[in-house]
Amino acid sequence: MKRHFDEDLKKMNTDILKMAAMSEESIYKAVEALKNRDKDLARAVIDSDYKIDELELVIEEEAISLLALNQPMAVDLRFITTGMKINSELERIADLSENIAQCVLQLADKPLLKPLVNIPKLAEISRKMVRDAIDSFVNLDEELAKKVIFSDSEADKLRNSIYNKLIYDYMLKDGSTAPRAVPLLLIARHLERICDHAGYIATNVIYMIKAKVVKHHLERLRK
Amino acid sequence: MKKRQITQVLGFNFLRLCIALVILILAVILYDIVSKGMGQISWEFLTSMPKDGMTKGGIFPAIIGTFFVTVITALLSIPLGMGCAIYLNEYSKKGKITRLIRMSIRNLSGVPSIVYGLFGVVLFVQLLHLSTSILSAGLTLGLMTLPWTITASEEALKNVPQYYRDGAQALGATKWQAIRTNVLPYAVPGMLTGTILGLSRAAGETAPILFTGAAFYLPFLPRSLSDQFMALPYHLYVMATQHHAIEKVRPIAYGTALVLIVLIFCMNFFAIFIRYKLRKVRIK
Amino acid sequence: MTVKMKTHITSRTQGVSNKIVDENKENIVKISVKDFNFYYEKSQALKNINLKIKENTVVGIIGPSGCGKSTFLRCFNRMNDMISGIKYEGAICIDGKNIFDKELDIVDLRRNIGMVFQKSNPFPKTIFENVAYGLRINGIRNKEYISEKVSRSLRNAALWDEVKDRLNQSAFSLSGGQQQRLCIARALAVEPEVLLLDEPASALDPIATAKVEELIHELKKKYTIIIVTHNMQQAARVSDYTAFFMMGELVEHDLTSKIFTKPSKKITEDYITGRFG
Repeated sequence: MKRHFDEDLKKMNTDILKMAAMSEESIYKAVEALKNRDKDLARAVIDSDYKIDELELVIEEEAISLLALNQPMAVDLRFITTGMKINSELERIADLSENIAQCVLQLADKPLLKPLVNIPKLAEISRKMVRDAIDSFVNLDEELAKKVIFSDSEADKLRNSIYNKLIYDYMLKDGSTAPRAVPLLLIARHLERICDHAGYIATNVIYMIKAKVVKHHLERLRK
Repeated sequence: MKKRQITQVLGFNFLRLCIALVILILAVILYDIVSKGMGQISWEFLTSMPKDGMTKGGIFPAIIGTFFVTVITALLSIPLGMGCAIYLNEYSKKGKITRLIRMSIRNLSGVPSIVYGLFGVVLFVQLLHLSTSILSAGLTLGLMTLPWTITASEEALKNVPQYYRDGAQALGATKWQAIRTNVLPYAVPGMLTGTILGLSRAAGETAPILFTGAAFYLPFLPRSLSDQFMALPYHLYVMATQHHAIEKVRPIAYGTALVLIVLIFCMNFFAIFIRYKLRKVRIK
Repeated sequence: MTVKMKTHITSRTQGVSNKIVDENKENIVKISVKDFNFYYEKSQALKNINLKIKENTVVGIIGPSGCGKSTFLRCFNRMNDMISGIKYEGAICIDGKNIFDKELDIVDLRRNIGMVFQKSNPFPKTIFENVAYGLRINGIRNKEYISEKVSRSLRNAALWDEVKDRLNQSAFSLSGGQQQRLCIARALAVEPEVLLLDEPASALDPIATAKVEELIHELKKKYTIIIVTHNMQQAARVSDYTAFFMMGELVEHDLTSKIFTKPSKKITEDYITGRFG
């Protein structure tokens, strides 16, 4: 049976996708700004964050209306509650991109400490994870969501190697490198956090599709 | 537990006894009349005039008389009764006066029929100079059946759900349109049924026609509304109590009783039939 | 250096949810109720009601039993006139014309304002004749016109596909939900501008209820709809605006999304959350 409620759900879905695209764009731009030492691009990322914040509020209100006015059940209910959570995760992701952009501003005037190798790799992983998480949400793709969750450990490893390199090869050897090393360290941390949020999105997607709780219980995925 | 079951069994059996008794009485009456009257029935009996001081011959004029007097009764009581019922149920405001009117009508149906007969003599025969005739008798019977007709018709109207009226008026019908198109079609079967049952009672009445038009014996059929007439119930009364040779004409009396009962049964069946028929039509 | 964007993202339209009436679009005020009082005999059933209803919106009227919501609904087509001992004060204007005006023809009013009752109440006629009834009593005899109108009304009531092969069967052969949609079709046939729905789904099962609700959603494109319901969730689902009545008073009237997420009065909040009393 046709339900006009479906149109409202579709609208919320579309808004979440838009939110996802904007967050992903923020990550991309922040990392580009780092690579190219582009202060303008970094500022653009910081300045456009408010748009994402506003969209977050809009989606939140949408979700509350949908809950209040339609008394959704089962899959509809899971879609809306999951959508709300994904919404906040995406907003956090955008905030982290903004933080990266701020680090970029600190670094932009100083010479690069070392050629960037692992950070762009980590950035690529984080963007892919966010994109895959959203794709799994859109396509109700449980396998893809699982893949996202498992690829988080790869991001952790990469971050650790960045940490080790910066700490042992630079900061401990020459304390004066710290002002240039710490922002890079933070960027690595932010990127890794983005991966974590992508993972949270994926666990929520699995809940939405299968009504199965895997958050805090990743062992359930391996069965 | 045990005691309650015993009470239940006893109760049911008592009720069964009641219904058995009623059926028994009815069966005895019918058996008595049919067994004694059946031998009398013949084409001759139904279509010929009484002969030899009503000791021989048939009851043709009584059948004809009863038929016509019933027609007149119907002509008076159907339109008048239905009209009253429609007004009372649909138009009148609910209040003391309406209640009073309705109560009077109910009470009228309890007035003994002989009183109607007396009233008919005064009103139709004397005051309106209609003489003792089919017309006077028919009108008297009509008056007598009015309370039944009104009450039955009102019940039929009440059985039409209120939303038929509201629904029609909400679509822009006037009150009368709503009644005519969406209430009467569904009430008429019930109204007719009640009315015909009333008429069948009227057809069997003796007292009201006794003074107003029924004749002891007429050698000819009534030719106009102002003629006197013979009627089955009165004829039966005469044959059973007034005749000079009651024992001799007893078979004729039984024959007459049988004809009268069959006639009334037919009318009742007709009432049931039209109700069934019209109900089917309206649902379709 | 192109920024990769998802292609399936369409431009977002303004507004929180498209279920809510777009405030920017100027809906004309169709009905306005001004200082309206209503009395049965000596008791006052409605107290000083003021309300504006915009064209092509659905207004849900909610409130506890006996709060006067059905009485209020029956004022719009003056169905209360059938009851003796009633009295009106104030005005209800439809398209600027007061419906209590002495000049006004009540039959015209009722033709303009369709009503669907609580219990699905088809007349004991065929499906076709039920829908044609309003046309016939309005003196229309043209057979082609009537049958055209009947089929269009049935289509608009989302019933056509289910009954098109059995128009000459009794309306009672339909299911409860179908009967209620038939009653809506019957009301639509006389081309009203406003539809009054008095608990239209109270006797229906959930599926039939959902169908009627979807229908209401479709109908508001053409009609202004006032719906009385004791089912708050239903008001939330179908109406754009919600009016909360209590003890004959209009307590609160606002956008449905506002009433059900952040009502401005405590008593409204208590009622919709079930904390009432």
